[in-house]
Amino acid sequence: MSAFLLNRLSQSIVLLVIVSIIGFTVLNFMPGGPLAQFGLDPGMTQKDVERLAAQLGLNRPLWIQYLDWAWRLIRGDWGHSFRDGSAVLSVIGRHLLATLLLMGTSTAFAIAVGAWIGIRGATHRYSLFDYCATVGAMVALSVPTFWFGLIGIYIFTLKLGWVPAGNMYTIGDGSVLDYLHHLILPSLVLSLVHVAVWSRYMRTATLDALSQDFVKTARAKGVSERRILLKHVVGNALLPMITLAGMQLPSILTGALVTETVFTWPGMGRLFLDSLGYSDYPMVMGLLIFSAILVVLGNLIADIVIATVDPRIRLG
Amino acid sequence: MTKRSATTSTYSRRDTLRMVAIGGAAGLFAPNLLGKPAYARTSSAKPTGRVIVGLGQEPTVFNPLMVHIEVDDGVHFSVFDALFRIDPQGVIQPNLAVEVPNQKNGGISEDGLKWRIRLRDDVRWHDGKPFSAEDVKFTLELITNPNFRSWRTSGHSLVRDITVVSPTEISWRMEEAFAPYLSFLTETFIVPKHILEKEANPNTAAFNQAPVGTGAFKWGKRVAGDHLELVANTEYFGEGPHIERLVFKYIPDLTVLYTQFKSGDIDLVGQPYITPDHYGEAKTLPNRVVTLVPRASFESFYLNLERPQFKELAVREALYAAIDKEAIIQGLYYGVPTPTETFMPRQSFFFNANLPLHQFDLNRARKILDQAGWAPGGDGIRTKNGVRLSFTNSTTSGDPLREQVQQFLQQTFAQLGVEMKISNLPAAVMWGEFWMQSQFDSVIVGSSYLIGADPDVTNRIHSRSIGVKGGRGSNNAQYANPEVDALLDKGARTFDPEARRAIYSRVQELVRRDLPFLPLYQSNAVEGLKKGINGFVPNGNTRTESWNALAWYWAS
Repeated sequence: MSAFLLNRLSQSIVLLVIVSIIGFTVLNFMPGGPLAQFGLDPGMTQKDVERLAAQLGLNRPLWIQYLDWAWRLIRGDWGHSFRDGSAVLSVIGRHLLATLLLMGTSTAFAIAVGAWIGIRGATHRYSLFDYCATVGAMVALSVPTFWFGLIGIYIFTLKLGWVPAGNMYTIGDGSVLDYLHHLILPSLVLSLVHVAVWSRYMRTATLDALSQDFVKTARAKGVSERRILLKHVVGNALLPMITLAGMQLPSILTGALVTETVFTWPGMGRLFLDSLGYSDYPMVMGLLIFSAILVVLGNLIADIVIATVDPRIRLG
Repeated sequence: MTKRSATTSTYSRRDTLRMVAIGGAAGLFAPNLLGKPAYARTSSAKPTGRVIVGLGQEPTVFNPLMVHIEVDDGVHFSVFDALFRIDPQGVIQPNLAVEVPNQKNGGISEDGLKWRIRLRDDVRWHDGKPFSAEDVKFTLELITNPNFRSWRTSGHSLVRDITVVSPTEISWRMEEAFAPYLSFLTETFIVPKHILEKEANPNTAAFNQAPVGTGAFKWGKRVAGDHLELVANTEYFGEGPHIERLVFKYIPDLTVLYTQFKSGDIDLVGQPYITPDHYGEAKTLPNRVVTLVPRASFESFYLNLERPQFKELAVREALYAAIDKEAIIQGLYYGVPTPTETFMPRQSFFFNANLPLHQFDLNRARKILDQAGWAPGGDGIRTKNGVRLSFTNSTTSGDPLREQVQQFLQQTFAQLGVEMKISNLPAAVMWGEFWMQSQFDSVIVGSSYLIGADPDVTNRIHSRSIGVKGGRGSNNAQYANPEVDALLDKGARTFDPEARRAIYSRVQELVRRDLPFLPLYQSNAVEGLKKGINGFVPNGNTRTESWNALAWYWAS
């Protein structure tokens, strides 16, 4: 197992280096750059822009900029944002908490509801419930989250006045109840798509488990349908879902760009979009590497889980 | 096997859920672990209430001397003071100075080279230290420090021999007379010497994330990506502040910004204000005040005069005549902007109201091109001396209104035998080298030409300012007219407002005649605020709606 782990880790490091080189090159070859935003300022001259580029080190050859960045990264210095001079890692940390709250809530809700819908759909195949769940999942997967968000705000905020239009909390309040109140709409909107995905996966996995021999044996022994479902089917159907959850770990942490924008949620997704918009190279590179590490970690965890379950994988 | 792996997996899931729960709980409680926020404290001081200003971009630069964008200005105007302040009429008023220097009161010498400023003696920094002329000297020197990432250096680079005469008096010599400098100083906020002089690197000073000023509001706290709070400076030397807290809330999507104004989550819509398509509805909202506020920003069809298609005045005149400005303003922009013939705000003392008025006339446009010898070729596109009257037009992608304007003009120009191809770019690409190095054929751009209320447009119109030809400024149209150059040089050396008015009126005449850009309209901001906020005064001479937040108060 340790050889397997070492092998996977070394592959991961090579992968991270490749991702960083590609990311850095693509980012720096994009025309414009971090100083483009000052082009319309009547007081900013061409000379001012050149002076700033020199101060930020942007006038150096690209490979030197990369090596400088990589060397700092290895020493634990992820650089400072061009926008506000804050340390990249601390900015990521500040936004991570908001994203964890939103994504954690919506994912927990999606798994619970999605699993229930999937299991019930499988056990009541071709019933009205099953058809409704299928159609509902298709709609949830087809309609953009942005639209769901705006419709949600229109109905539940502007028309009914039940929930806030967005934001993580009311400025000046910040109580637990206030946080929860603000969490309802964005987490529900965000979980819609995930509910759809989970319900479809769960339905298939449950149907698969239901067709297994041990279920038939249990039925033959006269075990009740409820007990068969709870004891034999659900546990087995959930197994592939755990791998799926592992693979979704990066997306949980890297945020939901659209939802965070619609609901003014100060999370990772919006940070990434903002940083790209400002061509804030250190921030974008920090986020890219952070995401890449999460993807690698997510895959590694999934690999370990699978290797634990099936030792043949380790040999392959 | 199945059982064992199921157990392992169940544990992993619980573990994940536990992590999520811990993260969630931390998110819920962490903000309160740092103690009660300022607003929760009881205070016997006068300022009461809170105003939340919604902004479309996040303020991130709090050292006002560092390079920044306009959305940061609201914070700078609230936390800091400049030597002077510019009022909505464009009149410069004393702020940290006790009077505005001029040649009559002896503050500026007859040749415009020696400046002397007298300062207030009752100003204190937010940390209690007294403000003095040393701070002004330090500020002016920091701006021209080659290692400091300073914002605009124009004007400041001419300052020499700064002398602190006394704690309340400072003087300096200008390398050359530069009348716009007074206006530049209204946007030059003074920073504390006693804090920043200790910093080895002012670019990374802690001050930049928690500034200390002399302004009406003190730094509160910033929640990155969300909002920042300023609290009233009850020791402020001037009138105000009247509100206890001023909050700048970041809402990136403009539809959401407007929605939160409708729902009452924000009290005032700041930059980039309410979009024109919401203006009609916004006016009808109960308990909201929505007004059109003129801005010093101008939308134009901007040309690269070095392109062979645009070198000839006849072509520029024909294109201008073929623009149905009224249809664009009324049909696409909901009547919000105001048509214009110049780059000078209509509200400015220097505005030339006698410029020839544009008239949409396709027949005239055709006649101009015919007379100039631009004849339709085999494909219907006009040609002259081997040059096809074909060009691309670019603007910021994702701006639906501008994209509609492009399509509208494309069709109109086609009727003239002019081919316009649309090629839009993201903002971060558009306004970089493509714009600064004049790599475009034509663009639709909304921009300001003035700094403060000063009429000097050397940076945008003087032939010395063509960046792609090694010039210092941003004359990206590559416009060159010796008479305009001479007038601009003279205007920068002239201090008498009446004399300057004549100079800049003539500049406007010449630019209107030469059409280096085809003026479309002067922008109006659709500003919205809750009924009950008093003291809000728009000021087109600054870049922020929050320039006088110290005067705001809630009606009781």
